[in-house]
Amino acid sequence: MDPFKMKPVELPQPAPLLSMNGWRAFVLALIVVCVLAPVMNLLVPEGSAFHMSDYAVALIGKIMCYAICALAMDLVWGVAGVLSLGHGLFFALGGYAMGMYLMRQIGRDGNYHSDLPDFMVFLDWKTLPWHWMLSDSFAATLILVVAVPGVLALVFGFFAFRSRIKGVYFSIITQALTFAAMLLFFRNETGFGGNNGFTDFKRILGMPIATPSMRMTLFVLTGLTLLACFLFARWLVGSKFGRVLQAIRDAENRVMFCGYSTLQYKLTIWTISAMMCGIAGALYVPQVGIINPSEMSPANSIEIAIWTAVGGRGTLIGPIAGAFIVNGAKSWLTVVAPSFWLYFLGLLFVAVTLYMPGGVVGLVKKFAGGDK
Amino acid sequence: MPDSFRPESPLSGIFLMTMRFQTTLARRTAKALLAALGMAVAIHSAHALTADEAKQLTTGDTEARIAALSAAIANADDKTFALIKALSEDAAKLAGARVLILDGDKSIDAVSGEPVALPADAEDIISNNRMRGEIDNAMAALRLLSKRATERLDAANALLKEPDAAKLPLIDKAISAETDTAVKARLILAKAAASLGSDDVAVRQQAAKDMTGAPTPDTVLLLNQRLAEESDAEVKAALAVSLREVQSTLQLGEKLGVMFTGISLGSILLLAALGLAITYGLMGVINMAHGELIMIGAYATYVVQALFRTYLPGAFDAYLVVALPVAFLTSAMVGAIIERLVLRHLYGRPLETLLATWGISLVLIQGVRTLFGAQNVGVENPVWMSGGLPVLANLTLPYNRLVIIGFAIAVLAGMALLISKTRLGLFVRGVTQNRPIAACMGVNTARIDMLAFALGSGIAGLAGAALSQVGNVGPDLGQNYIVDSFMVVVLGGVGQLAGTVYAAMGLGMLNKLLEGVAGAVLAKIAVLVMIVIFIQKRPQGIFALKGRSAEA
Repeated sequence: MDPFKMKPVELPQPAPLLSMNGWRAFVLALIVVCVLAPVMNLLVPEGSAFHMSDYAVALIGKIMCYAICALAMDLVWGVAGVLSLGHGLFFALGGYAMGMYLMRQIGRDGNYHSDLPDFMVFLDWKTLPWHWMLSDSFAATLILVVAVPGVLALVFGFFAFRSRIKGVYFSIITQALTFAAMLLFFRNETGFGGNNGFTDFKRILGMPIATPSMRMTLFVLTGLTLLACFLFARWLVGSKFGRVLQAIRDAENRVMFCGYSTLQYKLTIWTISAMMCGIAGALYVPQVGIINPSEMSPANSIEIAIWTAVGGRGTLIGPIAGAFIVNGAKSWLTVVAPSFWLYFLGLLFVAVTLYMPGGVVGLVKKFAGGDK
Repeated sequence: MPDSFRPESPLSGIFLMTMRFQTTLARRTAKALLAALGMAVAIHSAHALTADEAKQLTTGDTEARIAALSAAIANADDKTFALIKALSEDAAKLAGARVLILDGDKSIDAVSGEPVALPADAEDIISNNRMRGEIDNAMAALRLLSKRATERLDAANALLKEPDAAKLPLIDKAISAETDTAVKARLILAKAAASLGSDDVAVRQQAAKDMTGAPTPDTVLLLNQRLAEESDAEVKAALAVSLREVQSTLQLGEKLGVMFTGISLGSILLLAALGLAITYGLMGVINMAHGELIMIGAYATYVVQALFRTYLPGAFDAYLVVALPVAFLTSAMVGAIIERLVLRHLYGRPLETLLATWGISLVLIQGVRTLFGAQNVGVENPVWMSGGLPVLANLTLPYNRLVIIGFAIAVLAGMALLISKTRLGLFVRGVTQNRPIAACMGVNTARIDMLAFALGSGIAGLAGAALSQVGNVGPDLGQNYIVDSFMVVVLGGVGQLAGTVYAAMGLGMLNKLLEGVAGAVLAKIAVLVMIVIFIQKRPQGIFALKGRSAEA
């Protein structure tokens, strides 16, 4: 055999997108979201044990938006090791883009019966500000929902990653950015409704927004988006790109010495993550019916990180579970014992970091492994 | 809204001064009442009040009474003062030809000063609004002749504010009798202000020149008014020159005021960030609960203050002496507990530390809400900290701000000494620079970690005690400072005390300068954006430690 002819290197086969069980669970989730939930909410009569209340639809729809955020956070934090404390900003930007469209859809049905949104009449503005130019078109709004957070993330990330700002420094800077944006959106002059933000939406695409069927449509849409995002994230992490990202997370300098330009990798995942948050925000606003600057408060962004940590960093399915667990607990506790919610959340932060570094997924794996 | 920079305008000094003036006026009424009781108001010239004068003052039509009043104050004595005082308080009655002054349930004859029984048919003295105004003016003018220099000074200032040519004889009299130089200078100014309306051109010209001695916004107003009315060219020129001079003095005051508020804000930022400079800068612990440690210090101060008010009201002004160590120890203890229970297990995992300490901050906030309620609590300044140091007419430096600047310097000096000169400081530096080697030398690194963290937390507590003196104390207090504190430390460079100082002062000044141009919120945003841009350029802060580590 010719010693100089090298055998081709056998690259490890990428793992399948989902295991057999995984696909089963995925299809099950798809059925639950697209068939079961609408049937239980719209068709099953209200007294029945199988009826899904409007409250539950609203709550789960909201949590699914949060889950998309948590997934986005997991992509940058769990996979690439970049902790962002600014994802609330991207979420809110997507929400504001959608909110502007919904405000324009109110038309002349506002309190002042004016062509302009109510708060502009209140501020005595005569014309629509320039940044509202595209808000009449739904298609343009859909583009803005991903473009605005995406471009901001791209520009900010480019400068931050280029100067090799890492770890906690990066986290604190993203927090400062979010804080500054919140202050800006609180101002009336910036044209985003100030303190009150946008609310009192009437219709979307010309259809009334508060009907049960519209609520269900948004619910299904959110569920599908979440599932699609999950598959996309799975694919991304399993690809070569995802593997480089994980290498960057574990030893960035080594990756650089191997000849990779880590800037591009980090910048790409950072921008993708921001866009996902923007989509989540856009789905969130019509379901919740309000968007205001408090969505950008540093506390919200850091909560996204805790959903991710509770579920299990870097596992993709974990953060989704984490979002459901934490927000479910929140909606239950704030009703049962409102003053204990902050204690619970605070202790959760501490307990997860101290005792559950792998999150819920880590715990499940540990116990499942222990049984064998 | 979490806007951590307190609204301070360059005008706050003036505002403070007027406020103070008003409260002293209110207090004065009470004091003057006492004076009237004991007839202790010493009036320099002694022209005894006659029965005729008393009658003219109290009866007849308003015009005549006002004329009598003017005559009376031109050469007033104790009794005239007491009568006018009584008139202003509706404490005077008319019994036949005699005028009586009520004093509780007794009454005295206004002319003789003898106590007399109040006749049943005594009539009230009716004064209409115009008369009342004149009586009040007269009272103000008479204060010029008061025994206390501070009262006379206030009266002179009041005259300077509302100059009235009719009061010139009174002012002249006060000037000739005045012994206190400061009051005399003020009186001369008041005279100048009053003489601006004189008929004599030379007097007006001189007065215009003299007005530069009182560079206040009121003077600008008065000069502008006179400038518009003046017909004589020379006087007009003199007025214009004075106006320019006064305005430039005022501008200087404003600029100094902005600088002072900048330094003041800088010292507050410095206090808030100094503790962080130890826990984050030296130890590398991202403590998001730092703001809550500040808040705990502020609440400790509040508790001490409340205890003093209840149990030791006599020593209330000294409560800060107790509050400072209490605030330090409370925060230090909480910090030590946090370090022992949580942080110890997270060294070397900064992102997890960040999340865990954020959780701790939530627990602490909710804990304070449970204990003290969600509302802000009031912390009262000791008396010696209220008021201010007048530097220029429109620039008064509030004492509490001055004290805090001094306090920040003292804490900084204490900390620098502690870190560089003491054994504990040596150990802290040793452990942070090279943990294994320090441990090999026999340093109990775990204990040093706890002590260092407690020290940083205690300094946060001191910052809280200081902040309680200038702002609201509430559960959210710490949230307002956490972003700023981190900005200061990050900007200054990790592990650098000097950097922390420069960063705090720089941020304070920059913020206040921009505030003058763009308003508080936009200034804050601009500062945040500038920091973000700056850190792109120098990721390690202004003063970076030089090293060769690839991870740096």
